Amino acid sequence: MTNAVDLDQLSCHFGGVHALTSLDLSLGEGEVLGLLGHNGAGKSTAMKLILGILSPTSGRVRVFGEDPRGPGSGRLRLQLGYLPENVSFYDNLSGREVLAYFARLKRVSPKEVTRLLGQVGLDHAANRRVRTYSKGMRQRLGLAQALLGEPRLLLLDEPTVGLDPMATRDVYRTMDELRARGTGIIISSHVLPGIEQHVDRVAILGRGSLLAEGTIEALRSQAELPLTIRVRRQADARFPETGLHPAIQEAIPGSDNSLVLTVPTGDKLRVLNELLNLPGLADVSVEPPTLESLYAHFDTELNEGETRYA
Amino acid sequence: MHESLVVAGKEFRDGLRNRWVLAITLVFALLAIALAWFGAAVSGEVGFTRVSTTIASLASLAVFLIPLIALMLAYDSIVGEDESGTLLLLLTYPLSRTGLLAGKFMGHAAIMGLSTLLGFGIAGLVIVVFDPEATLGALAGPFSLFIGSAILLGWSFLALSYLISAAAREKARAAGMALMVWFLFVLVYDLTLLGILVGTEGQVNESLFRVLLMVNPTDIFRLINLTGFEQVAEASGMLAIATSEDHSVAGLIALLGLWVIAPLALAIAVFRRRRT
Repeated sequence: MTNAVDLDQLSCHFGGVHALTSLDLSLGEGEVLGLLGHNGAGKSTAMKLILGILSPTSGRVRVFGEDPRGPGSGRLRLQLGYLPENVSFYDNLSGREVLAYFARLKRVSPKEVTRLLGQVGLDHAANRRVRTYSKGMRQRLGLAQALLGEPRLLLLDEPTVGLDPMATRDVYRTMDELRARGTGIIISSHVLPGIEQHVDRVAILGRGSLLAEGTIEALRSQAELPLTIRVRRQADARFPETGLHPAIQEAIPGSDNSLVLTVPTGDKLRVLNELLNLPGLADVSVEPPTLESLYAHFDTELNEGETRYA
Repeated sequence: MHESLVVAGKEFRDGLRNRWVLAITLVFALLAIALAWFGAAVSGEVGFTRVSTTIASLASLAVFLIPLIALMLAYDSIVGEDESGTLLLLLTYPLSRTGLLAGKFMGHAAIMGLSTLLGFGIAGLVIVVFDPEATLGALAGPFSLFIGSAILLGWSFLALSYLISAAAREKARAAGMALMVWFLFVLVYDLTLLGILVGTEGQVNESLFRVLLMVNPTDIFRLINLTGFEQVAEASGMLAIATSEDHSVAGLIALLGLWVIAPLALAIAVFRRRRT
């Protein structure tokens, strides 16, 4: 089976700007990849190269084994869905008219338009002009547009930026449904919390290069970041000030009778064992390193270790 | 082709919905009727004038209006979609850049063509009905030529505005460029030619002058509509230099057609190289 996407030593330069440098990345069919990085890291450029809007300076792009700028690109594009970062659509048309226009371009039946408007929760506003839509409604319309024709590969560029928590949840839920149906998805984001449960793998980009790539679990162990354990005591109990366990790197008193401990991942069970025997213990919670701290770790590595990576 | 027609259909419906078609049609019809009625005012009487005079006045006015309308209609056709983010989206659809631009142009060309035909056509009918001296037979020929060439003039400035829109990075800059193009072709060019003519006391190489007139679609349009009539030719100033025997009407029409195709081909070339 061919991969949905294969990027091979892909570089893209605009004048003196190196938007992407030697990127190797692949996406299996039905896989969900989170593309992380701050603004200007190359996420949107990578998507535009996969879509065939930009041509690479060097390297190779293959989508379902085909060149997205090659002769078969018309047929290929029928199988792709794309939600750009900023799209405001046609203010004078209603949501239904906008979607119907894109549906005709993609040779999708008008029945799909009604179904998709319902799926993204826009059926009540379908006949209103897009001018009156909120940011969240426009994003829902954009998502419905990306889903036209049941694409095998979906590219979502910052789909949750500017959305309220409910709308964000809906986006993720739609993603989960599509994943269950075998759609490959690449989602780019610089908003990290919340994305973890919805992706199979992440790729962290920085200044146009791939900093790290793999499952979040693998990245965690690769980064060897400590985890955080939060212990809460009963109101009348006291914890010893020091010497809870030698492996604890840091202990900071928190609010509500709690203590926030920083512990190396390898010592997790030993420390927990010790903590559970504490008299007057009310609650223990373990927080693995967040995606944010992972991201910060790999980003710092880039800044400090230019020589190491060179 | 299917996709281009979908795009053309949307542009055309937008034109109907935004009242562009209605507005252009009304402007053309009212102006034409007014000119036909008051055209003789200079000679001291009100009432319908000779067809040739009406056509001459109409042509002088159309030469200002049609380019302006065409440029206003389409200056943001590409750069506007770019700014709203829909261009990026359209390019991910099974639609080539050439197909997209051609589709949009067809839509706008239909808007211009239909309004010109309706506006001046209605005016022509009104003249035939209300002017006892005008007959359909006498009016049909010159009016058809006028309407046909007016449509071509509109399309050529549409093509120019697509060139502007494909080249411009921002909508505001495209608007400025459109205005510049209008000034250049409609006002500055003729004034410069006139200046040269007066400055050199008419000692300009005649064939060079004729070529210079062909470099501007508005002058070709004027030549088509003015030189056909003797009386008009006398009144049309410097155009009298290029008299009718030098140019066949068919040749001029073909040249105006070239002024549609060439800028459009250039616009497509620029659009294909545009980064987005």
